[in-house]
Formats: sequence, structure tokens, C-alpha cells
Amino acid sequence: MTLKAVVNNVAPMTASKDVVVDIQKMSLTFQTADGPVYALSEVDLTISRGEFVSFIGPSGCGKTTLLRVIADLERATGGDILVNGVPAQQAREQRAYGYVFQAPALLPWRTIESNVTLPLEIMEISREERIKRGHDALKLVELNGFEKKFPWQLSGGMQQRASIARALSFDADLLLMDEPFGALDEIVRDHLNEQLLKLWARTNKTVAFVTHSIPEAVFLSSKIVVMSPRPGRIIDIIETDFARDRTLDVRETPEFLEVAHRVREGLRAGHSYDD
Amino acid sequence: MTIDAATLPTAAAGPTLWGRMMKGQTGPVCVMLIGLFVLWYVGAVFLNMPGQIDRYARAKQDWTASQLIEATLAQDRPVLPAPHQVAVEMYKTIFATKITSKRSLVYHTWVTLSSTLLGFGMGTLLGIVLAVGIVHVQTLEKSLMPWVISSQTIPILAIAPMIIVVLGAIGLKGLIPKAMISTYLCFFPVTIGMVKGLRSPDHIQLDLMRTYNASRWQTFVALRWPSAMPFLFASLKVAIAISLVGAIVGELPTGAQSGLGARLLAGSYYGQTVQIWAALLTAAFVAAMLVVIVGLMEKRVLERMGVRA
Repeated sequence: MTLKAVVNNVAPMTASKDVVVDIQKMSLTFQTADGPVYALSEVDLTISRGEFVSFIGPSGCGKTTLLRVIADLERATGGDILVNGVPAQQAREQRAYGYVFQAPALLPWRTIESNVTLPLEIMEISREERIKRGHDALKLVELNGFEKKFPWQLSGGMQQRASIARALSFDADLLLMDEPFGALDEIVRDHLNEQLLKLWARTNKTVAFVTHSIPEAVFLSSKIVVMSPRPGRIIDIIETDFARDRTLDVRETPEFLEVAHRVREGLRAGHSYDD
Repeated sequence: MTIDAATLPTAAAGPTLWGRMMKGQTGPVCVMLIGLFVLWYVGAVFLNMPGQIDRYARAKQDWTASQLIEATLAQDRPVLPAPHQVAVEMYKTIFATKITSKRSLVYHTWVTLSSTLLGFGMGTLLGIVLAVGIVHVQTLEKSLMPWVISSQTIPILAIAPMIIVVLGAIGLKGLIPKAMISTYLCFFPVTIGMVKGLRSPDHIQLDLMRTYNASRWQTFVALRWPSAMPFLFASLKVAIAISLVGAIVGELPTGAQSGLGARLLAGSYYGQTVQIWAALLTAAFVAAMLVVIVGLMEKRVLERMGVRA
């Protein structure tokens, strides 16, 4: 309850009420022993409430870095970045987002339930409330009944679902997902994509989703951000308007193929093929 | 469902008793033990033989081979006592003597064990505190780690008398100085193991805690400490064994009147090799038991942490 209040109290200072992420002329340069690496250069992007935004691009294009900057896991070296109208660091301190990593990153000595309620524990929420919210979050990813299992007793796909439940458990409005299904096989991935879409439609959360799969990006997103490497930058932003309750069948339609084609063209144009 | 009921029992009865014994652990372990005892007896006969022949010569006594062997295994102060001599000595001093008596090995073992456990407790605590400091404060890593490592390059036999003398000068005598020597030895593996253990969480897990804006203390409790448990127990097994060594070494330079170290020293003054071996074997047995106890604690803790059986 207190958390919700905190998140809502973040009055938009500069951005309009519906803008969740506002990035302007943001750059990030890593200083390495071999000289500077320009991970991100002059990135402009806004994400509005309720959008499902995919970041797609070849490896090294900075899509994960961009997500990490939004999450304040990396610091931009130039430009501005506002999350919920406040600087990224402040947003992180207010627990403005749930983050899903490439690997489930469940703590092996905790049961699924206590893994999912870990963020609530950190936020010092009472035990009964934790159990209730953990139960709700597990229900959202259809993992109810697995509360007392340990992570190793679950399949890879179920573990990743548990980690999504963990990101949902404290009810942040923004969900940041970094190739969450990258390590899973095609069938499981399709299934989880459908589940995620349902979840998004139901909860009306804002999702930022990193992927390197074109079908995944087109199927899930309301907005596709195509990126290109060296230096990492945005080369195209594509809005789609598939129905929110679409199913996997949408992938056979001409509209879907058209969007996928445009994404592929963008990727090809941005790719220098110098390696 | 038509399993040949007739063939099953014969198949089960197939392996002989010998075969069944050798299949598990019991058989091979027994064979090893028997081999060791045979080696010990042969060694005792050969090592004690020259002395015994000398003795016969001085007494101008005739002897046969069987007399010689019998005599080598029953000397008062043999070079290498036979297993049964050590066993008799151990029985006499452990079971047949009142445990309050100064001749009781139980009494001496307790004296050594109490300083072992005290030193182990202090060493473990010190080791963990140092590791936590080293992991969390960069200055400490740079300034402390070299000292931690160089502390162990000094032979304990050289530094033990110094510790006893210095502590004696400020009025600390008896249990504490000995325990300090154990502490000195056993904090080291704990520090090294715990530094590694507290640093064992993945980047991704540390990032996860950061997304929750978890404090250092919360990250420590929820992530670093549980991650370090397997490392802690591996270190504790080493630490408890060398803690016992430290306690025994601590009894040597002081001319202590009691403890397994004192027993060893007294035995060597008076050439009581049987007494030395009895004390040695008791120390080895105690060390093995302590390691087993730590192992059982490890098993319980890891089981509760849901580690796959």
C-alpha cells in the first residue's frame, strides 16, 4: 500500500502525465583500456503509459545497455533521462520498475514463494501481506501450486516465469525485460509470449522488452525500436496496431509480415557488415 | 506379470558374501585397515629388533626367532610400539582411570579440547569479521589482506612461545593463551573462504538487489551470507582440525602440566613411546570426530537451504 502511494506521489515535474520514460540526447561512453567505447549515442525516446516497447538490434547495438540505463544499473554520460518524471536514480530508489534478467536469477536456497516475495521483504512489508501478494503474482504467471518448490525442481521456462512473478510482486507500473526468453526453446517461448501478452493486456503495465527475435518483437509490441551498433543508436521506431487480445495466429497475417519486413529492412540498413 | 519367480531368488542369491562386501564400502575399507595393521606389526618387529638383540647379547642369553618377535612386540620403551600395546595403554588411560586423575587421557583430552573449541570459536568469529570487512571496505582489502597472508608464513612453533610469553606478561595464563594460538591458526582459512564466499553471488544477482534499492546490510543478509555458506563450511573443516593442532602446539613450549601436548612432551622426555602414540592416536581421533561434527552441521544447514540431495 505504502509503495503504491509512493509511486503515485511522484508528481510529473517536466514530462506529461502519460510519459513513463523520457530520454533526450542520451549518450553513454565506456572508458576501457583500449580507448572509449560508444555504447549509446544521442538516443531520443519516449515511452507512454501502457505501451509495450521492444528494443531490437544486433548484438553490441546497446539495447541491453539502454534498458540498464533506464533501470539506473548504468549511468548515462550525457543527456537526460527521466522515469516517471524523475531522474532514473530517484526512480530506482522509489522502486518504480520490476526488472527481468536474461537468466531467472532465482536464489537457489529460497523456495519459489520466498523468491517471489524477496522484493517485498526488502521493502519491509508484513509477512501476511507478502504471502498474499506473492500468491497473486504466482497466479498471474500460472505458477500457483509451486510455492513450496525450490528453483531446481522447476523447468527453465517455469523458473523464468517465477522471475517474472517476482518482478510483478511489488506492483510497479513499469516492467523492464532483458531478453527474458532468449535461452528457452521455440515452443516454450511462444507459450510465454502469449502469456506475457495476456498479462500486459490485463494489468495495463508499461513494458520495455529487449529481444533479438523479429517475430517476438512484432508479435508482442505496440512500438518497435530498431537499433544499430557502433555507436549504439536508434534508427527506426515502428508503431503497430494489432488488437491487444491477439493470438499467435496473427503471425500469419499480411500486416504482421509487413511490419516484420520493415523491421528486417531497418536492421539490414543499420548493419555495416564489417565483420 | 509372468516374471520368472523361480529365477529371481537364484539371481539374488548369486553374489557370495565376499562379493557383496567388496561391492560396498565396508569390504575395501576393512582390507585397507587390515593391511595397515600388518604393516604396523612388521614395522614394529623390524624397528625394535636391533635393540632386542643387543639386550640378549648383553645378558648373554640364547634366543629363537619366535622369542625375538614376541619380545619386540612387548618392550617397555620400544622404538615403535605395536598396535596392541597402544590399545592397552589407551584402554588403561581412557577407561580404567578416573577421569579426574592426572593420568587419565580423558582429562588431558578435555583440557586440549576446551582450548581447541574456544580458539575455534574466536578464530571463526575473527575470520568472518575480517572477511566481511575485506569484502565491504576497499581500503581494508588493500591494507589487511597482505597481513592476513603473511601471518601464516611464520612457523607456528616460532610464534607460539612469543604469544605465551607476551600474554603471560600481561597476566593471561592457562586456557586463553593456548586458545589464542588456535585462533591465530584457524582464522585464516575462514577469512580466505568467506572472502571468496561473500563475493560468490553473480553480477546478475547483485544487480537484482540494486533494482530493489536494497541496502548493503539487506544485500548481505539476503544474498551474500547465504551464498557463502558452502565456502564457510569447507573452511570450518580445515579450521577445526588446525585449531586442535594449535592447542597442542600451545601446550608444548609452556611445559604445561596437562593436555595432549603435555602428554606428548612428557612421553618424549621419558622415552615413553607407548604414551606418545596413545596421545597421538587420541588427538587424531578427536580431530576426525570434530571434522565429522562440522560435516554433519554442514549437511543440516545445506539441507535446510534446499540444496539438492
